[in-house]
Amino acid sequence: MAKELWKGNEAFAEAAIRAGLQAYFGYPITPQTEALEYMSSRMPELGRVFLQAESELGAINMVYGAACTGVRTMTSTSSPGTSLMMEGLSYIAATELPMVLVDVVRGGPGLGTISPSQGDYNQMVHGGGHGDYYPIVMAPAGVQETVDIVYGMFDLAEKYRSIGVVMLDGSIGQMIEPAEMPPMLEVRKDIPEWAVRGGSGKDKRILTSINLDPAEMEKMNLRLLKRWKEVEKNEVRFAEYYMDDAKIAIIGNGTAGRIALSAVRAARAAGIPVGLLRPISLSPFPVKAVQEVAAQVDNILVVEMNAGMMLEDVLKVVQGKTSVEFYGRIGGVMPYPEEILAEIQRIAANPSPINGHPRDLWIERIEPVINR
Amino acid sequence: MVALDIKDMEVVYQHPDSLANVSTHYCPGCTHGIAHRLVAEVIDEMGLAEHTIGVASVGCSAFSYNYFDFDFVQAPHGRAPAMATGVKRCKPDRIVFTYQGDGDMISIGAGEIIAAAGRGENITVIFMNNANYGMTGGQMAPTTLPGMKTTSSPNGRDVEQTGYPILASELLATQEGASFIARRSLHDPKNIRMAKKAIRMAFETQVRGLGFSMVELLSTCPTNWHMTPANAAKWMEEKMIPYFPIGDYKVHPALSELKV
Ligand SMILES: Cc1ncc(C[n+]2csc(CCOP(=O)(O)OP(=O)(O)O)c2C)c(N)n1
Ligand code: SF4
Ligand SMILES: [Mg+2]
Repeated sequence: MAKELWKGNEAFAEAAIRAGLQAYFGYPITPQTEALEYMSSRMPELGRVFLQAESELGAINMVYGAACTGVRTMTSTSSPGTSLMMEGLSYIAATELPMVLVDVVRGGPGLGTISPSQGDYNQMVHGGGHGDYYPIVMAPAGVQETVDIVYGMFDLAEKYRSIGVVMLDGSIGQMIEPAEMPPMLEVRKDIPEWAVRGGSGKDKRILTSINLDPAEMEKMNLRLLKRWKEVEKNEVRFAEYYMDDAKIAIIGNGTAGRIALSAVRAARAAGIPVGLLRPISLSPFPVKAVQEVAAQVDNILVVEMNAGMMLEDVLKVVQGKTSVEFYGRIGGVMPYPEEILAEIQRIAANPSPINGHPRDLWIERIEPVINR
Repeated sequence: MVALDIKDMEVVYQHPDSLANVSTHYCPGCTHGIAHRLVAEVIDEMGLAEHTIGVASVGCSAFSYNYFDFDFVQAPHGRAPAMATGVKRCKPDRIVFTYQGDGDMISIGAGEIIAAAGRGENITVIFMNNANYGMTGGQMAPTTLPGMKTTSSPNGRDVEQTGYPILASELLATQEGASFIARRSLHDPKNIRMAKKAIRMAFETQVRGLGFSMVELLSTCPTNWHMTPANAAKWMEEKMIPYFPIGDYKVHPALSELKV
């Protein structure tokens, strides 16, 4: 199929439909709403389930019910809606059901702004819901990558009976880019063994997240953890650019990574040996790739559209083996490539290890910029 | 000593197939058990056991899935109508019902139940109103009567501070999408028989695809009311029914001819 122009939100909706999505439930929220609107016409047209829920609480619990019947199901929302879904996500994880969530992240905290942000990193990657559970979280950096990741996420969710999250910032939801749609898969006819179907006696199935016996809950927790270990082994994804001879590495995901790539290209043109590591799977985190980068370069610059959430994960992996700095824009502001280029030039001019926490040093640099 | 030969006797009353042959964790004299039995009898009589998916809620009935002998899922507190919606939309040829307490349905889950009724969601709700939060030890619920003592209204519910009981049946009956709404009480055999008929009507509503149906069952919680089961039944008749009148609050015209 040829490339066409697609708006990010509509593109991921169509990609999910082509992956055999059977039931979509959602609630309007900017900058994600086009996905809900797209689903409202496309899903019924194909004889599939679409329902606008009363709230994100309603939407995630409709997904919960749908997932219990074994269908491919999903919802999409943006940050305040994601917060409301945390209860349901924890329950769904505990019931070991596959589902897909697309979170089109906007600036927070609170009602915040409708501008792009990566402020949901912690609540998605480190679990905003209660208990030990482990969603797969992927962060695309453009419309085509969003399409590809959403298309494949249903298989992953089913393989690991896990929650699959695709986290994009609002700019990817809103931008229009050429993208090639994957082929339309047939809707699955069979249903998984564990799904409820209306059976009784010996054929009765129960799907629940409660077990008052802590010993049994401990076993269940261990099962989830061991399944997660498999995900960590098999599903790490990242992209590297100009890393071969790099002495400075930028680590940034999604749109922050993409903007950083422009800065890397400009710096390379000026002869600075800088490269980019762009984690695509945020959970599982590309630990080995970051370790290798840390062993290779003298300086790492983490770039994010938050106050350094992924930074903490990078610091944990690097363990002081190389100097790590941070640059972020917060609350819905996006960095310009020039800002990141200036950071690269600053580090190239003075590559000696920093003295202090990267966040503290960044605050000193960014405060005058923010208050300008 | 006379040997009784039961071989030739006719069975007139037995364990419903849809009720699993296990003992429950309900307190002695609690009406949750009666309601379970009524639902199971109706499911059996309508031949629905192979076609039904129940949605348990959070409250004393959280484990109701162990007591019914057909497929069940278990919802977060208050979210059963939304979860049931997801199940029903994906399995429209199945009978889907929720079983919810008053705290679950009309406090934390008030949004979900009103939305489901408004949508005319083709599900059935069994609503167990025992005027308190049984499972957590008898705190005040939206249905707690004025002046009623609970562990979180130790001097009796003060309407100046905490307002008045929510009348769920009256409220939901105003929704166009609701097709059958009735309130019954489980305090004596006559009323229990009436309750069963209402439950039957509610499931008939769903089978006919007429939309949302709910039966509110006034229920006892002898443990947290600090009463014997008999006194609890009497208290319910004398104190609860005047506040929560039993009756049919909404009957879809297509049901009016139906005799159950
Ligand atoms: C989100 C959440 N809040 C609170 C609780 C604690 N909780 C468990 S059962 C319950 C009350 C249930 O009362 P009701 O629905 O009236 O059922 P009953 O036990 O009286 O049958 C509460 C508050 C919970 N499980 N989840
Ligand atoms: S606490 Fe009350 S509602 Fe719960 S089982 Fe006991 S009597 Fe029934
Ligand atoms: Mg109660």
